[in-house]
Amino acid sequence: MANRCITGTPMPNTFPSAGSEPVAPLLRAAGISKRYGNCIANDAIHLDVYPGEIHAILGENGAGKSTLVKVIYGLIQPNAGELRFMGRRIVLAGPAAARALGIAMVFQHFSLFENLTVAENVALGLPLPEPFAAICARLAKTALAYGLPLDPRREVWRLSVGERQRIEIVRALMQNPKLLILDEPTAVLTPQEADQLFVVLNRLKNEGRSILYISHKLDEVQRLCDTATVLRAGKKVATCDPRRETAASLARMMVGADVDRVKASRARGASVPRLVIDRLSLSADGPHEGRLKEVSLKVCGGEIVGIAGVAGNGQDELFAALSGERLAANAETILIDGRAAGLFGVTERRRLGAAFVPEERLGRGAVPRMKLSENALLTGHVASGMVKRGFIDKRETLAAADRIAATFDVRKAKRDPEAASLSGGNLQKFMVGREILREPGFLVVSQPTWGVDAGAAATIRQALIDLAGRGTAVLVISQDLDELAEISDRIAVIFDGNLSAPLAASAASREILGLLMGGAAIEPRACPQEEKHAVDA
Amino acid sequence: MRLMLEPRAERSALIAVAAPLIAIALSLVTAVILFAVMGKNPIVALDVYFVAPLTDPYSLGEIAVKATPLVMVAVGLSLCYVANIWNIGAEGQFLAGAVAGSWIAVSTNGSGAGHWVLPAMLLLGALGGALYALIPAICKVRFGASEILTSLMLVYVANLGLDYLVRGPWRDPHGLNFPMTADFDPVATVPTLFDGSRVHAGSIAALVVVMLAAVFLGRTIMGFEIRLVGAAPRAARFSGFNAERLVLFTFAISGALAGLAGIVEVAGPVGHLQPGISPGYGFTAIIVAFLGRLNPVGILIAGLFLALTFIGGEGAQIAMKVPLDLTKVFQGILLFYVLACDSLIVHRIRFVGMTRKPAHAAP
Amino acid sequence: MLLLEAVIVSVIAASTPLLLAASGELIVERAGVLNLGVEGMMIMGAACGFAGAYLTGSILIGALCGIAAGAAMSAIFATLTLGLAVNQVATGLALTILGVGLSGLIGAGFVGQKIVPAAHLYLPVLTDLPFVGRILFGQDAFVYMSIALIIAIRLFLFRTRLGLVLRAVGDNHASAYALGYPVLRIRLCAVLFGGACAGLGGAYLPLAYTPFFVSEMTAGRGWIALALVVFASWRPGRLFGGAYLFGAVTILQLHTQALGLDIPSQLMSSLPYLATVVVLVLISRTRGAAGSAAPACLGLVFVPDR
Repeated sequence: MANRCITGTPMPNTFPSAGSEPVAPLLRAAGISKRYGNCIANDAIHLDVYPGEIHAILGENGAGKSTLVKVIYGLIQPNAGELRFMGRRIVLAGPAAARALGIAMVFQHFSLFENLTVAENVALGLPLPEPFAAICARLAKTALAYGLPLDPRREVWRLSVGERQRIEIVRALMQNPKLLILDEPTAVLTPQEADQLFVVLNRLKNEGRSILYISHKLDEVQRLCDTATVLRAGKKVATCDPRRETAASLARMMVGADVDRVKASRARGASVPRLVIDRLSLSADGPHEGRLKEVSLKVCGGEIVGIAGVAGNGQDELFAALSGERLAANAETILIDGRAAGLFGVTERRRLGAAFVPEERLGRGAVPRMKLSENALLTGHVASGMVKRGFIDKRETLAAADRIAATFDVRKAKRDPEAASLSGGNLQKFMVGREILREPGFLVVSQPTWGVDAGAAATIRQALIDLAGRGTAVLVISQDLDELAEISDRIAVIFDGNLSAPLAASAASREILGLLMGGAAIEPRACPQEEKHAVDA
Repeated sequence: MRLMLEPRAERSALIAVAAPLIAIALSLVTAVILFAVMGKNPIVALDVYFVAPLTDPYSLGEIAVKATPLVMVAVGLSLCYVANIWNIGAEGQFLAGAVAGSWIAVSTNGSGAGHWVLPAMLLLGALGGALYALIPAICKVRFGASEILTSLMLVYVANLGLDYLVRGPWRDPHGLNFPMTADFDPVATVPTLFDGSRVHAGSIAALVVVMLAAVFLGRTIMGFEIRLVGAAPRAARFSGFNAERLVLFTFAISGALAGLAGIVEVAGPVGHLQPGISPGYGFTAIIVAFLGRLNPVGILIAGLFLALTFIGGEGAQIAMKVPLDLTKVFQGILLFYVLACDSLIVHRIRFVGMTRKPAHAAP
Repeated sequence: MLLLEAVIVSVIAASTPLLLAASGELIVERAGVLNLGVEGMMIMGAACGFAGAYLTGSILIGALCGIAAGAAMSAIFATLTLGLAVNQVATGLALTILGVGLSGLIGAGFVGQKIVPAAHLYLPVLTDLPFVGRILFGQDAFVYMSIALIIAIRLFLFRTRLGLVLRAVGDNHASAYALGYPVLRIRLCAVLFGGACAGLGGAYLPLAYTPFFVSEMTAGRGWIALALVVFASWRPGRLFGGAYLFGAVTILQLHTQALGLDIPSQLMSSLPYLATVVVLVLISRTRGAAGSAAPACLGLVFVPDR
């Protein structure tokens, strides 16, 4: 493979591959631009995808990766630029046109229909109507051929995240695509499931298909991809061979500067358990919900405990049970600083010094169409002086919002804007800051840096570590193993409502965590750290 | 060219104020067209509808009389709608309040009871409305039944219940067989404010309700809770607020206000209980609530405007022989325009040129 | 036996408008749209249907006028909720308020007039069969149409690709859009169809049920039709059963009055409304933990980003 690294050159027109014949690109995107109001999501981006290559689009959140592939898939009309497919200029009226040409896509947020069956979901993604029996037969054949087993008659809501992704992939493959687009496909998979996916992708590549692989994970891009196009803030910064780059050099291209590692400086005193979960069970609440099965965990002041796991294995239920949005069966299953709190509601738990940052920013952790000062009141109405005899002190709420913004570098257009107008990273800083400034005794935070740019992510992680350093017990629920490894002292894994015993972060290799995330039983003896810790406490 | 909707980053404060005014202007334009189609002179019609009632004191008083129940009911409904709770049975709660309050008036009729009667009637009226409103609220909270359908069904039941009472047990024996109760005693009547006008003390109560609601919704934590549940129910739950309690609370308050409006109407301008005491106040109040942008002060203005259309409509029926239903049509059209203009507060409309042909073509 | 036959015939007549209107709303809601304006569309269908039939002397033209009126009303609804992303609940209410007023205006000139109601089928021998003859082979065209409609809807939803697409749009509009389906256009078609059905259901009242028009003659049937869709868990088969159950409740009320029982007539008249409340409570309660069978996107606004 020739070195295709042209770092810093904004728009290369061709790739004169040294030594080999020039191959025409399967897809060429030339000068693609897309504006939303004043925001430029794609700025004159050039991209060539060659036959039989896995081409990464690398960039951090908000760099414009998704916009670009949606343009290629016909979902978004660009403001400028043109697409060429197999040498011919194409204009895509919609995804159906793209599919007709042989372009298929697997979405990050799956485009599946929960209440329909697997076969119905597949049928909806096929360009031409086919008899239902024929679809089922073809589905079974494709699934078997690529080792992606699926039951065509099951309804989607009964399936795991990994199985759902399989539907998307099989549906794409049944269209016999020349170009397959995958948007952050491993975000929801265990490392082992990701490995299986890579096997399938390499096989597709060997069949001569091209793959456009969107990711912000450097290691998997280096393992899998032949070429990488790096985007930053809507612009292309480089096209290169990721295997000839170092992780650091790729990161620099992505972020535009060296990213600070978090500083794990923290005072470790005698640790007292501030949050104790004792055999907490929760029944399913509705047909699409999961359960918790006798979850036990201790989190001590001064430590960060991470909970890893594939989405949908009980993380949401655990968060809701801890926050008090759902109540436990009896009071003793949750102790906050020694007080039995299982039957307490959200407000009472906050009064005990607990604080929570949920995964969903808009609509749960913050109200999009309310001002930041009102969003400060959302969790601040409990203790501080914002509410006096039932009346809201608007000066106090505004002052609180100002304080959060100043301390956590929340960037905004005016003093008290609506939450919806903030970027994801700034809103997340606001939400984490809102809780940290309350100096909680224990903090639960779910997906602290999901969809957040690298700068904000570093700020948030550092803030969590500093908070723990001041004696707070911090529980982080995350799907991002790198993040957990970076900030956690101990890591437990949640699978199908069961929580494993925590492992010391140093002992928790990706392999062990991956096995636990996939449901492999690991003997409790294998983690002596937990027992030792319990004795210490 | 085609129209496209896109969300605004911030809600537009300018359009928030302008939206109801634009809606009224568009409705007037539509009304002009409607008059023209019906063969009436639009200029004269607009004058009869919207100007004439404002020129004589009696009509002004009548506007206040009509606006009183509209504003009271609409303020209560706005609390529900802000919380995204759909009480559309205010008409039934209005009647339930009227019936509950009238019970005292009917049973003390001619007994020479003291001045406790009116306060007791008002209290019972509010209570009756609240309890009637709690039926759909409890059905929703306890069983998950849609409050939209249950609250509306109970309007029909209330109408039939009222009909039964005034034709049966409560009918005035000296009333020539008309379905109505005897006229209420003076101690069971809401006093008027001025001689020669029907404006009564209930109008002052409506103003007080508006002021209290404005403070409640904008300044108190409970008002914040209501806005929060409407804007983002999951955030409200995360915030520690109990949405079920709020359903009961807002239904009870809106029912109480509707019931109060009902008994005030019966004990005030009407003076006895009979079928047809409401020309659809409970439904028109829905329009008032939205035209007032679910804001108590806005509702006061909107209530006066819709009362004007009622009075103007009556005038037009006499002067121009247009059916009373025209008023309802106008009110319905107005609500459509209000809702459409509200959309522009959070969305902007853009004209998008189709720059490309939809098919894929090769050069 | 004769009484029973008469009761069944009148139950069929009372059920047909409910079935027609609810069938349309079922399709609308399966596409993820909640149109609460059924009452308004029905009453407009009644007024325009009667006007059309009275002026032309043709029941067919009357029925077509009713269909057109219902569809026109639903087009207003679609413009606001689909075009301008306005709240569907509020818009549906507005549609009912407008429909009641407008029908009064249109129907004012026709109150007190009579027409010849829709003819009933007569097949020699078959219709004369004892008991079942009149019930099976002696109905008017609306009745047969309502039954054909519900069967067609069932086949459409579960046996055709377009029906699958419609269900998909109601289940997850974002996914349907991402797969390239024109979500708003499909919803527009569903809403127009629902309006046409409601208009036909409304037109049935003055064209076949009672051969005259009075204002507000739908008397809450539109709302009951909405409740029926919930009751039926959005399934055509159950909708059919539900409509006939409610038709029976309406008729029960008439017949007890005829029997001269000493029950206040107002109580009997309120039976269908009370029954609706009770049924809604029971159905919501039994469904409880199993979750609602409602289409997941029911009532949610969809704004495509392009």
